[in-house]
Amino acid sequence: MHAQVLLRGVTRVYSAGALDRPVHALGPIDLELRRGEFFAVVGPSGCGKSTLLELIAGLSPMTEGSIDFEGRPIAGSVPDGVGVVFQEDACFPWLTVTDNIAFGLRQAGTETGELRRRLDHALELMGLTEFAQAYPAQLSGGMRQRVCIARTLVLQPRLILLDEPFGALDQQTRLLMGDELLRLWRDTGSTVLLITHALDEATMLADRIAVMSARPGRILEIVETRWPRERDSRIVAEASFGEITGRLWRALREESLKAIGKKAAGA
Amino acid sequence: MSRARWESAAHAAGLVVALLSAWQVLFEFAGTNAMAPPIETFAYLGRLLATAAFWGHLAETMSAFAFALAIAIVLGLLIGLTLGLHRFSSDVAEPILIALYSLPKVTLYPIVLLAFGLGMPAKVAFGTIHGIIPVAIFTMSAVRNIRPVLLKTGRVLKLDPWAMVRTIVFPAALPEIFTGLRLGFSLTLIGTLLGEMFGSQRGLGYLLMTAIGLQNIQVIMAVTLLLVLFAASVSSLLIVIDRRLHRRIP
Amino acid sequence: MNRAARYRLAAILGIVLLLELLCRSGVIDRLTMPPPSVILRDLVLILASGSMNKAMLKTFINVSIAFGLSVVIGVVLGVAIHGWRLVRQGLDPLFATYYAIPVYAFYPLFIVLFGLGDVPQILIGFMLAVVAMIVNTLNGLDRVSRVLLKTARVYRLGAVATAMRITLPSAAPYLMTGIKLAVAYAFIGVIGAEFIMSQTGMGYEISFAYNNLDNATMYPLILLVLAVSTGINVALSHWEKIIMQRRGQS
Repeated sequence: MHAQVLLRGVTRVYSAGALDRPVHALGPIDLELRRGEFFAVVGPSGCGKSTLLELIAGLSPMTEGSIDFEGRPIAGSVPDGVGVVFQEDACFPWLTVTDNIAFGLRQAGTETGELRRRLDHALELMGLTEFAQAYPAQLSGGMRQRVCIARTLVLQPRLILLDEPFGALDQQTRLLMGDELLRLWRDTGSTVLLITHALDEATMLADRIAVMSARPGRILEIVETRWPRERDSRIVAEASFGEITGRLWRALREESLKAIGKKAAGA
Repeated sequence: MSRARWESAAHAAGLVVALLSAWQVLFEFAGTNAMAPPIETFAYLGRLLATAAFWGHLAETMSAFAFALAIAIVLGLLIGLTLGLHRFSSDVAEPILIALYSLPKVTLYPIVLLAFGLGMPAKVAFGTIHGIIPVAIFTMSAVRNIRPVLLKTGRVLKLDPWAMVRTIVFPAALPEIFTGLRLGFSLTLIGTLLGEMFGSQRGLGYLLMTAIGLQNIQVIMAVTLLLVLFAASVSSLLIVIDRRLHRRIP
Repeated sequence: MNRAARYRLAAILGIVLLLELLCRSGVIDRLTMPPPSVILRDLVLILASGSMNKAMLKTFINVSIAFGLSVVIGVVLGVAIHGWRLVRQGLDPLFATYYAIPVYAFYPLFIVLFGLGDVPQILIGFMLAVVAMIVNTLNGLDRVSRVLLKTARVYRLGAVATAMRITLPSAAPYLMTGIKLAVAYAFIGVIGAEFIMSQTGMGYEISFAYNNLDNATMYPLILLVLAVSTGINVALSHWEKIIMQRRGQS
């Protein structure tokens, strides 16, 4: 297994913020993403998880260091083969579900037969066939996120970046969406990078989990779950599930307290 | 038609009836030397519309208005889009545009006349300066308020700048842009009309001014009625479209 | 002064400087427009000589009356209509299309009805301003949060106390917007009407100066009107912003 994404010494410093002081948001980070793996990143709020995702996506420039995607450095633009699902609802409100999902394909000039095929497949996969002609305003939050995921999937990206995609959903919906995400991951064989603040979600979904420190975010530890590829949300019942989540929290608790400005009482 | 549609149609009809009645009552008070009653005015307007000379004036006003509106919309959209896409520029420009919006622009009229001379160019220019400001302001605001995540999506899909504007910026900003266009329509009409009230030998504005001089009540009322009917009907149509657009994009 | 404000000031000064250069170099000839510095000098002279005091006073009084009436009547009507659902639904289309109608078209009618005195001007200013006040009053009353009204009932506040201590402060930002618009419209209405057909007031003086090819008087007066109107508007906007910010509503 070779690295699909390689980060070396990556930092992100925002120059002259509102207080005219540079803000050291992230890094230095060294990280390797293996092809086809499901990788999660957890960390206290404000640690720079989203910044990390935007750097890898090429949406934001790094201050120091380098990021290579499939051997080529990322330089200021989104590389080919990368898809992003954002935290906020990114559906185009003026387009139907179908037109939303087909948007990227149409922009790329995909031939009609292929477009139709991928579209129908995505609609079926995400359970949206019935709502194909609906507008986003008529759908629930969970369904809108499914539309965004479908829109990303039809382009068959080799790397999928998800920034707290289920943040606005209730717990049960999140678990079900997690199942769907795993299914998609297996079906497509893409590499997935998931940013989440929910420890149980990270444990359930990922092969490897990185724990980030409080700002400026650095990687404290990488936990391997060693789950089988064929897994779903029922994995929460496994004994090692509690252990792994416990390990994550032990590493995170102090950092989280730091993030809200308090000191940990007892180790 | 649905129940709600019936209701609002009924309300609108009721309003029209109320206004016409108020008009009639006012006439009873004011007398024939001051006003003309509704029926007589409609009849007079009908007769005017049958006259070729009147159509000449009408055509003059309408063509000036059309030119002014076209220029106001195109320039307003350009200015609004350019400023809106660049945060700092819109920060700088916004208070200036708002101040320009509330100026009594009629005071600029002499300057326009001096710059453009009498006649059509001055009328069009005056109409344009009235209409361009709301179009620019609303377009700028609309583009600024596009949710960032939609633009980020465009970048992830690697859209080139023109595709971004065409497929994301414009559709996302359309409802608010349309409100600006609607206001631009109304204000350009007012501006064109004002421009015609002096420095012109043709057009509805000119007719109004000469009618004052000649104390020709019927002409005054008929032309005013025509303008009100035109403005109200087009404006209502635009409002319906405006509401539709806003419903689709909460 | 923040960064945007500095750029804004620079931009405005830049334009003034450009005008100065264009005028002095003859690109804009003296008959069209004198250089800004000369306009400013002439304005100071006119103000010092007091020759325009009568006109300034007249316009000021007319605008104030139009403004005052529109605010008082606008708020009263707004409150009344707000409580009366049927009337409100009936008047909604009127309010929506109101500003599309070229109100100046009624000016001839007013002259015929009320003669050539101050009344037509004040009436036009009033007509433009009052609807802005009504609409914003309605808006403000609409947005008084229900939870605050429930709180008033828990505290057993009477109708007047509720109005004064809950409704009014809640609606204040919107009332402020209405007032700002009313001022602008009162200005536009009165000065516009003075310009079209009047024997007194600033609008008339500008029109008179134009007809007499008196650039030395006309431009300073235009500058004065623009400066006063902008100044009031900026002051009110600033006040409005403060009210909004204090409530975290900016």
